[in-house]
Amino acid sequence: MPPSLQNMPGPYFGEFGGRWVPEALIAALDDLSDAYASAKTDPAFQAELAELHRSYSGRPSILTEVPRFAAHAGGVRIILKREDLNHTGSHKINNVLGQALLTKRIGKTRVIAETGAGQHGVASATAAALFDLDCVVYMGEEDTRRQALNVARMKLLGATVVPVTSGSRTLKDAINEALRDWVTNVETTNYLFGTAAGPHPFPELVRDFQRIIGVEAREQVLALTGRLPDAVLACVGGGSNAIGIFDAFLDDADVRLLGLEAGGDGVESGRHASSITGGAPGVLHGARSFLLQDEDGQTKESHSISAGLDYPGVGPEHSYLASIGRAQYEPVTDAEAMEALRLLSRTEGIIPAIESAHALAGALRLGRELAAQGREDAILLVNLSGRGDKDVATAARWFDLVDADADLTEGGAQ
Amino acid sequence: MSATARRISELRAEGRPALIGYLPVGFPTVDGSLRAARALVEAGADILEIGVPYSDPVMDGSTIQAAAVRALDGGVRLTDLFRVVEGVADLGAPALVMTYFNPVLRYGVERFAADLASAGGAGLITPDLIPEEASEWISAADAHGLDKVFLVAPSSTDARLASTAAASRGFVYAASTMGVTGERATVGPRAAELVARTRAAGAENVCVGLGVSRAEQAAEVGAYADGVIVGSAFVRPLLEASSEDEGIAAMAAVARSIAGGVRAARTGGAA
Repeated sequence: MPPSLQNMPGPYFGEFGGRWVPEALIAALDDLSDAYASAKTDPAFQAELAELHRSYSGRPSILTEVPRFAAHAGGVRIILKREDLNHTGSHKINNVLGQALLTKRIGKTRVIAETGAGQHGVASATAAALFDLDCVVYMGEEDTRRQALNVARMKLLGATVVPVTSGSRTLKDAINEALRDWVTNVETTNYLFGTAAGPHPFPELVRDFQRIIGVEAREQVLALTGRLPDAVLACVGGGSNAIGIFDAFLDDADVRLLGLEAGGDGVESGRHASSITGGAPGVLHGARSFLLQDEDGQTKESHSISAGLDYPGVGPEHSYLASIGRAQYEPVTDAEAMEALRLLSRTEGIIPAIESAHALAGALRLGRELAAQGREDAILLVNLSGRGDKDVATAARWFDLVDADADLTEGGAQ
Repeated sequence: MSATARRISELRAEGRPALIGYLPVGFPTVDGSLRAARALVEAGADILEIGVPYSDPVMDGSTIQAAAVRALDGGVRLTDLFRVVEGVADLGAPALVMTYFNPVLRYGVERFAADLASAGGAGLITPDLIPEEASEWISAADAHGLDKVFLVAPSSTDARLASTAAASRGFVYAASTMGVTGERATVGPRAAELVARTRAAGAENVCVGLGVSRAEQAAEVGAYADGVIVGSAFVRPLLEASSEDEGIAAMAAVARSIAGGVRAARTGGAA
């Protein structure tokens, strides 16, 4: 039997991962690693987290089979893992509750976070409110416009939102600014990193806090269908929802794992956020992984209609899983994602986040391929990582659902 | 011995610390950065630190970020870096390159080391590379006789100070404070303590950077450090000037003032 791929420890995943950070952060990363190592085996910590899942965020999240949607995917079975139903509207709460508990454990009183779509920022602001921590969220200025409603949510929860005006003014630059804050204030501050990327221990730690998605889903699919799914699909920006649902299936060799990257206008156009499909190995934000870069190693700007996937890097464990062929990664264009968003809304009454719609578009594509091979009995498990409330303004503009001069509450007219 | 370490020990024999001046390549233009670097040495910098503008400079404050954006928007490339390093090689001031590590990885670590050595560069300062991740760079640097300047911070443990000092050649870069580059009103007391701890951990030369921007600060830091590293205070006049000539003249004036501070560091009075 090959060695298990589940629960892989950092700092390295094959040649990926590590700690490519300033020395000033090493002590804090070591403290966090030590605190996490002791929390991991501390029944009291695990019990507190489990109780928060049960009575605060609403776990376990349910499965929903979507036959009317699946009819457009060649008639295969499609089952959604409903992380969109969590408190705060996405899988991000799973990670921040764990990290907020760790923050208390290491005695820090202030947390910082980066956010793209605002989902992680909202989750962080929520956990900070719950645990009485000061909270500063860094968000690219461009994203504060795209996701104005989430900015208001964070402020309502008591967080300070700092619009980042450097670089491309999106998620990548928000992480840069958060890292600068952390270097400066590391003695009082913990960085609630939002995705399974960054320096060790974040890829391992965030994956561990998200792996409950796959652990639940694997049992639930078995109970519902009597067997494992043929494929598990998830969108990949940094990759936390994807690694969260993949981990429990890594040793099930017959279960195909498919990560859907943001293809923007198409990878061939150069305007995309498909780090694995269209990037090359390098170092960004503390880890060696695939990233979008030019010949001189300058990070290239990513492009996606989805703020949460609009990131030129990806978590190192995904780079590793791609390198050994255990998971495949494919791009989904803005247009494909928006069509999948419309279709799920119309056929099933569920408006997904644009991020998650990339995974749905992947399911439509894969379902049709499998059906063409006579595999209509295939079961596809899709991680519906977030709900689409935050994206209504973007969708309204995309589908031309409002008068051109209407000022939508989210983001306003652009 | 490395050229950088030799220069620092010569200056030590003269009774003063080194002034190490940072300027990014390609800012305001490639030729302008070459002229500025030459002017900086003429104004009293003993060692040059040529910065590679990078898209994601997490250790830099707003001044150096702004210069990097201007340089990258102007189309600066790594080939320009080697040209500028070559262009200052005749000045007698060792030229170190300060770079985030991804450009080096992308260029090829061995190829970068070879091209830097043949351009006459002294070595690299690597703000986001810790010795544990640096085995490829350490081998290449050793093969080409280049300096390896790693950083230490007030948060570094004694064990890490020792391993970082052991991995470094040229000097150890002590970050004066927890934070990013930029001018500060005061250099805190933690810098002196860090220099003492780093020496006790085995470092021969310890130079202090982050926040030094005036002659009095340079004198204060130079009283205990082997070198005083100044960046943002030299970059800001270049950012604010309305012409390249004006910017270089203003930068040189700042440099002469700080060089005076460095020369007064161990004589009891500030310049």
